[in-house]
Amino acid sequence: MDRFLFLTLDGLSRGAVYAAFALALVLIWRAGRIVNFAQGAMAVAAAYVAYSVTAATGSYWLGFAAALLAGLLLGAIVDIAVMRLVDHRSPLNPVIVALGLVLLIQALLGMVYGNEYLPAQAPMSRTALTVGDTALLSPYDLFVFATVGVVGAALVWIFTRTAIGLRMRAAAFAPEVSRLLGVNVGGMLTLGWALASGVGALAAMLVIPTELGLHPHAMDMVFVSAFTAAVLGGLDSPPGAVVGGLGVGLLLSYVSGYAGGDLIPLAVLALLLTVLLLRPGGLFATVTARRV
Amino acid sequence: MRTTERRGLAIATTLTLLLTLTACGSDDGPGSGEPVPGVTDTEIVVGTHMPLTGPASAGYSKIAPATKAYFDYVNANGGVHGRKITYKVMDDGYNPATTQQVVRQLVLQDKVFAVLNGLGTPTHTGVLDFLHTNRVPDLFVASGSRNWDQPDRYPNTFGFNPDYTVEGKILANHVKTTLPGRKVCFLGQDDDFGQDALAGVEKVLGTDGVVARETYVTSNTNVAPQIGAFKAAGCEVVILATVPGFTALSVGTAARLGFRPQWVVSNVGADHPTLARQLGDAAGLLEGMVGLNYLPMQGDTDNPWIQLFTKVNNEHNGGAEFDGNAVYGMAVGYLFVQVLLAAGKDLTRESLVEAVRKGGYQGPGVAPLRFSATDHSGYGGGRLSRVSGGKQTYFGPTYETDEADGPVNEYTAPPVSPPANGVPNA
Amino acid sequence: MSATRAPAPPYRQRAVDLVRTGRSVPTLLRHLAVAVAVALVVLLVSYQLDSYRNFQLATVAAYLCATAGLTILTGLCGQLSLGHGALMATGAYTVALCQTAFFDRGVTSGAVLLLSLVAAVAVTVTVGLVVGVAAARLRGPYLAGLTLAVAVVVPALTVTFDGIFNGEQGLPVPVAPAPAGLGLYFPHERWQLWMAAGATLLCLVVLANLVRSRYGRLFRAVRDDEVAARLAGIHVARTQVIAFVVSAAGAGLGGALLAVLAQSVSPGAFGLNLSLFLLMAVVIGGLGRLAGAVWGAFLLVVLPDLTHSLTNLFTLSPATAQRLEGNLPLAIFGATLIVVMIAAPGGVQGQLSRLTRALRALRPAGRS
Repeated sequence: MDRFLFLTLDGLSRGAVYAAFALALVLIWRAGRIVNFAQGAMAVAAAYVAYSVTAATGSYWLGFAAALLAGLLLGAIVDIAVMRLVDHRSPLNPVIVALGLVLLIQALLGMVYGNEYLPAQAPMSRTALTVGDTALLSPYDLFVFATVGVVGAALVWIFTRTAIGLRMRAAAFAPEVSRLLGVNVGGMLTLGWALASGVGALAAMLVIPTELGLHPHAMDMVFVSAFTAAVLGGLDSPPGAVVGGLGVGLLLSYVSGYAGGDLIPLAVLALLLTVLLLRPGGLFATVTARRV
Repeated sequence: MRTTERRGLAIATTLTLLLTLTACGSDDGPGSGEPVPGVTDTEIVVGTHMPLTGPASAGYSKIAPATKAYFDYVNANGGVHGRKITYKVMDDGYNPATTQQVVRQLVLQDKVFAVLNGLGTPTHTGVLDFLHTNRVPDLFVASGSRNWDQPDRYPNTFGFNPDYTVEGKILANHVKTTLPGRKVCFLGQDDDFGQDALAGVEKVLGTDGVVARETYVTSNTNVAPQIGAFKAAGCEVVILATVPGFTALSVGTAARLGFRPQWVVSNVGADHPTLARQLGDAAGLLEGMVGLNYLPMQGDTDNPWIQLFTKVNNEHNGGAEFDGNAVYGMAVGYLFVQVLLAAGKDLTRESLVEAVRKGGYQGPGVAPLRFSATDHSGYGGGRLSRVSGGKQTYFGPTYETDEADGPVNEYTAPPVSPPANGVPNA
Repeated sequence: MSATRAPAPPYRQRAVDLVRTGRSVPTLLRHLAVAVAVALVVLLVSYQLDSYRNFQLATVAAYLCATAGLTILTGLCGQLSLGHGALMATGAYTVALCQTAFFDRGVTSGAVLLLSLVAAVAVTVTVGLVVGVAAARLRGPYLAGLTLAVAVVVPALTVTFDGIFNGEQGLPVPVAPAPAGLGLYFPHERWQLWMAAGATLLCLVVLANLVRSRYGRLFRAVRDDEVAARLAGIHVARTQVIAFVVSAAGAGLGGALLAVLAQSVSPGAFGLNLSLFLLMAVVIGGLGRLAGAVWGAFLLVVLPDLTHSLTNLFTLSPATAQRLEGNLPLAIFGATLIVVMIAAPGGVQGQLSRLTRALRALRPAGRS
């Protein structure tokens, strides 16, 4: 029972980060119908900015803020300087451009910072608080939950309660009509990219300290897990991303705890197959494809 | 439209073929007076494949530059029998498919004399047959797999690192003699590295001498479930057959679970500077960690080898960070120059392989190099190290053993000093 | 509404006639003639090139099977797959297991390779059928997600069942040497090119015929507008499964050839990266045309080589060299991808088509 509790909590704190990263994917998908394969590389780039700032100033929190800012900026730059120039008639073109971005960003990071693991510090203790003999959550885990919760709430607030959020939703769902109504559709798209990339950077800042360290490829596997999570939940649904993220986190923890780490990809495939065969648009699919 | 397509197809195919028409080959057999590939009166060309990019490149990407720096040092001191060594380093990103390409490029196009220190078990295993059929000397493979020690099947292939079973036996012997009666657990990588090391551990401690066994896969960076299981099993000693990233991860994860066993780590994952860099502020967790090594410790500034290699590193490697990988790369370079010298002025592939098989080389390593006609395995032992006060230093005797059921013995031959000018003499 | 099982409307037969008008030579014969011509060129070229170029060309041929298959699936039928690396692995491992089984039983003739290749294609087709049936229900990113999970599963399978697949080290692929009749010093790489090119040409003829056949048009109809295709009485799901199976066959053959060329298989060679690079290759080559697949396969082999040679032109200090080595080729590769996709979204073949059209416009008196 102890072990189950331990694996559950460990899986949830992992899952919270996957959820945040999946949210970032959902944001871009909703804004521009693009699966941003460069999300991981962009987030790592922001984390490297944090590393430099922290190294220069000695303050973790300045680095943290710099990462978020860098994430927002990078998202806007990628949209304006790259994605907007891409011919979107074939849905594959943006995918290939994103893959090209991954290669480019990772290579540039490797040139600037080297291909070695750099230490990534957590801002607070990662030693678990124990109740009796059972290790429960660490302060850092609580920080992760709180941050992901705040970001999720903030996104909900932006999209449902603010004028800019309304415009962003309108621009995404009916670009032509929105344009006629005077919405700056391109600007909204850029804003969407910036927000998504900022959330991605945040997720990277949260997850890298729990992994091997800072490395150009540090987010590769996180991206795969988060993409799985987003697909599971349904790419159109932010709540789906959260549920999918937590679900994938739990699955990974249980499988490697009870069955062995090498089985994880098999378990993920089985889960995806089951869910998608029952609900081809993900768990939280709202719009069903028109069938004749 | 269709004609365009078909024409396109035809043009594409033709151009594909024509563009590659860069050189003319001939398929005459090797004549009698044919020159040795990669060797002229002034130059010896050798090549290697290494992960310089990608997730597996951390640490390893520094080995080849260090080897190259040592060769540059030798070249600056007159070379070997008047020949300068050119070292062609190809990036394979630890992808076996890329290794296939780059090794063929080295052998068939660049016509290297030998392949030196190719890194990785899955990557190098794939090119063994190719190198064998092309009779290319395949020296000092950078991995502790037992694949390289098959003199009957691959007469030109030689290992370098002690194999993982030898390491496992020596580590387990330390646990058995100095920490008797403790509960011992084992975490290994889910491949031949982990399996061979576990086999070595069990040869010494017995199958029931290991309380809990866990494995990890490199694609999943969460080892909390495994470490949690060790804690639940009450492990007091944990033997790790892990790459550096996962050593650091295991130590860090254990600390946050409030679990503090004695760590005993195999050579691959025990380089203190690498681990400390990754752990950052938490490097203090490595205090007391026992590791295994067979080359001089990079921090041992009194060691004449370290003094030599530091000098080479500053002069020819741009003063790159000096860690265990740099020492390793230079040790490989030193051994290769020794072998070249022993092969004589009249250098051929046969004379090179014959020189390695003759054995009897002594260099920076503390353990014996076991090269003979029937043994191609490389270093056959090592010495234990401990981290204390943020420094990793050797303690106790050097041990040697075999990969079978032989006993773990002390190795008493005294270490040698490098020659005054740092270049081996014939 | 279920009009999906309605008999095929007559317009499709007319379409066949339309395509055939003005042509007296049957498609198959035409393709065979082209294939024979290409085979002759390859034969000639194989004597002109050195061993390494022969091997590279053989690798191009192996990749070509896979990119051609992926072109059918993605370019013609509009289904995205991030898992073709896994299908190639299926073919590669099948050929390894078959060849080992043959050689262990003392059957070492070169002809058994044909049997092994057929087995590889058959097994991959079966796997492709299973994945394809699931894939036919999915669209866009959901399909991408599922196939991505398939791509990631290969290393896990080989480690979990390491009794059969030998974990990360992989398996050797014993292959008979070139026939003795070719001479004692016949370069092995030339023989490899002949084998690979032969198998690939056969595969291409079959695929090219398929593209011109009724199925090719069904694929395109499904790609262009699923709803319209359904209304026209096309069984969309079945068509998509067929496309997936065909494309799996190509990937399986390609993987098997790669294994034969390398004389070994290991999971690291068939990771997610391979799947992504295959996709990049077909898009850069030009989606929807088999000629694009040729360019794609060519790029897969030559571009890394080219960028590597390019970076070797600079002489660098050891410190900078350490940072740039390996990274610079990747950066150039990435930047090229982005620029090509922005400047020429139709890929290489798309640009060629435009070029030919432009040239033809300049020469109004050309053929009709």
